[in-house]
Amino acid sequence: MTDLLTPVMSANWADDRAWKLTNYERRDGYKALRKALTMSPGDVMGVVKDSQLRGRGGAGFPTGMKWSFVPKDNPNPKYLVVNADESEPGTCKDMPLMMASPHTLVEGVVISSYAIGVHTAFIYVRGEVLHVIRRVQQAVREAYSAGYAGKNILGTGFDLEIIVHAGAGAYICGEETALLDSLEGRRGQPRLRPPFPAVAGLYASPTVINNVESISSVPAIVLNGATWFASMGTERSKGYTLYSLSGHVRNPGQFEAPMGVTLHQLLELAGGMREGHQLKFFTPGGSSTPILTSEHVDLPLDYESMAAAGSMLGTKALQCFDETTSVVRTTLRWIEFYNHESCGKCTPCREGNWWLVQMLQKFEAGTAQEGDIEKMLDVCENIGGRSFCALADGGVACVTSAVKHFREEFEAGYHTPAWELFPYEKSALFATPPSTDEPRTAVEAHA
Amino acid sequence: MSGHEFTSYFPNSGGIDLDDQSTNIDDKTIEELEQLASRYPQARSALLPMLHLVQSVDGRISPRGIEVCADILGITTAQVSGVATFYTMYKRRPGGRHHIGVCTTALCAVMGGDVLLERMEHKLGIHDGETTPDGTFSLDRIECNAACDFAPIMTVNWEFMDNMTPERADELIDELAAGQEVHSTRGARITSWREAERVIAGFPDGRADEGPAAGDPSVLGLRIAQEHGWHAPDPAAIPAPAEEESK
Repeated sequence: MTDLLTPVMSANWADDRAWKLTNYERRDGYKALRKALTMSPGDVMGVVKDSQLRGRGGAGFPTGMKWSFVPKDNPNPKYLVVNADESEPGTCKDMPLMMASPHTLVEGVVISSYAIGVHTAFIYVRGEVLHVIRRVQQAVREAYSAGYAGKNILGTGFDLEIIVHAGAGAYICGEETALLDSLEGRRGQPRLRPPFPAVAGLYASPTVINNVESISSVPAIVLNGATWFASMGTERSKGYTLYSLSGHVRNPGQFEAPMGVTLHQLLELAGGMREGHQLKFFTPGGSSTPILTSEHVDLPLDYESMAAAGSMLGTKALQCFDETTSVVRTTLRWIEFYNHESCGKCTPCREGNWWLVQMLQKFEAGTAQEGDIEKMLDVCENIGGRSFCALADGGVACVTSAVKHFREEFEAGYHTPAWELFPYEKSALFATPPSTDEPRTAVEAHA
Repeated sequence: MSGHEFTSYFPNSGGIDLDDQSTNIDDKTIEELEQLASRYPQARSALLPMLHLVQSVDGRISPRGIEVCADILGITTAQVSGVATFYTMYKRRPGGRHHIGVCTTALCAVMGGDVLLERMEHKLGIHDGETTPDGTFSLDRIECNAACDFAPIMTVNWEFMDNMTPERADELIDELAAGQEVHSTRGARITSWREAERVIAGFPDGRADEGPAAGDPSVLGLRIAQEHGWHAPDPAAIPAPAEEESK
């Protein structure tokens, strides 16, 4: 029986100056790279395939299989792009990983590039995380100096350039084809598929795009073996992963556990919900995954069980809200996010999310009219599945799942404002006395 | 008049401010922009970093910055402004010395982000998207910044300010206004928005070693595992798969 928690990627996060190369090496860092370079690229890919690692960025596609889609006979250079654009509301695992142990990612990049036959890799980090960018930039420089990157890596003749690239603020760039357009110096808008990036990605060349956590899982898999990794988790969701608990829980945080742990178990470790409150609803993996309720806390948090419950495992971002929270308000704020972040390329998403905001504002204000729930669901039907990418589907999932589980709160929006039913100050973590300060600019006017 | 005035549904959208032609871009900046372009297999990939550098020099996306980028990359100024106006980190009006971000996406909003934004608007006497008349602070409501286990959060010059309260937010503004030393809760000493933009563009400032490896929530699971002696299985105890043994 595997332990309840299995820190592997996060095992060194509490170390003093964990981000430094020497400290990473002291923990067997880059040992997996040395081992990989004694194997053939095909064998390294085989290990990752056999481990049954599935993409940790949300979709859960088998990582090794994704790599194997890269055509061998394409004369163009092949590229690896790490998606470090972590922006899905609730998702907060890749940033602490890169801040505490950027070398785990860098080692994963070198091993993965070797397996796929890549000589130029990119780490696309969202722009709004200055210190994470600093740590990743420094780790890459250290890796070059130590001979783990650059020309003739560890004397094996394998060359790899690693480019750290910062984005500029756009959720949509976490979508892999939008990310590629952004990395080509364009507006980040998704591409129509096919062709898939494995065939025609960056610069129309074969490209593998993987999430930070997927690539960071590779070193331990190579070092300890596919069987070791697959000995953890459930039948079809193998290994360990980072679960992120946030919201009204007593002790929010990161928990690295085997696939299939339950929210009930994680909440116990986190000290439960904040004192005197109960769980009302949660997202299993970010706001784009349909919400679930306290009925679902004993379900294994793996790909299959979440799908069976009508949701998705997504990024394993467990945002937990207690009974003080208005579902209508929360849904409105999520849809405002999707409306703001829609890239504007596809009409159903660009216009549809805007209309959903208008409707949800009425539900929140208690001025919606009888029949507006049906109208809103009808609008959702005309958005979902009708755009190039999944952004709109994510927005629609918020609305439809909220109505499914909490229809009565939307019906209350026909006559009563959400802030009367659920006084907003009760959901906040602090009491809110009115500010007594004069505006700073007014003070300075006569300074 | 129809009596029905047109109002844009997309406030703050629109083009670059062409009325303000001022610039600090000099030969050194152009050299650095060219250096960024040379880091990529195809030069245009450098456009996002180049625009970050333009901001760090001019305090906004300036008309001159757009021309220079277009010139170096061999693309049109329309192509460059098209990119500059797509991403939220690029500012079309001069930004303040410090950029204050308040997360108001659902989870932070519910847990206090809305209160924090209101408080900051009152404290600074400006609305989100604006800069104080003295040029010290710009205020933005920001979208989820991947720190939800530290909610509600704010940012200063894109450094994390975790577990914020209205009182702490007020103090933060006072300290920054007074030029006192302020540290990110999970990052370095606060410098300025323009210095931050230079690092984001790809020119390190040597501050990567400041601050902790992780915040308490980041290592909560690890600490609990250590207390209980929980860990992943010992690889040596895992039986090798049958087909490998027979090889």
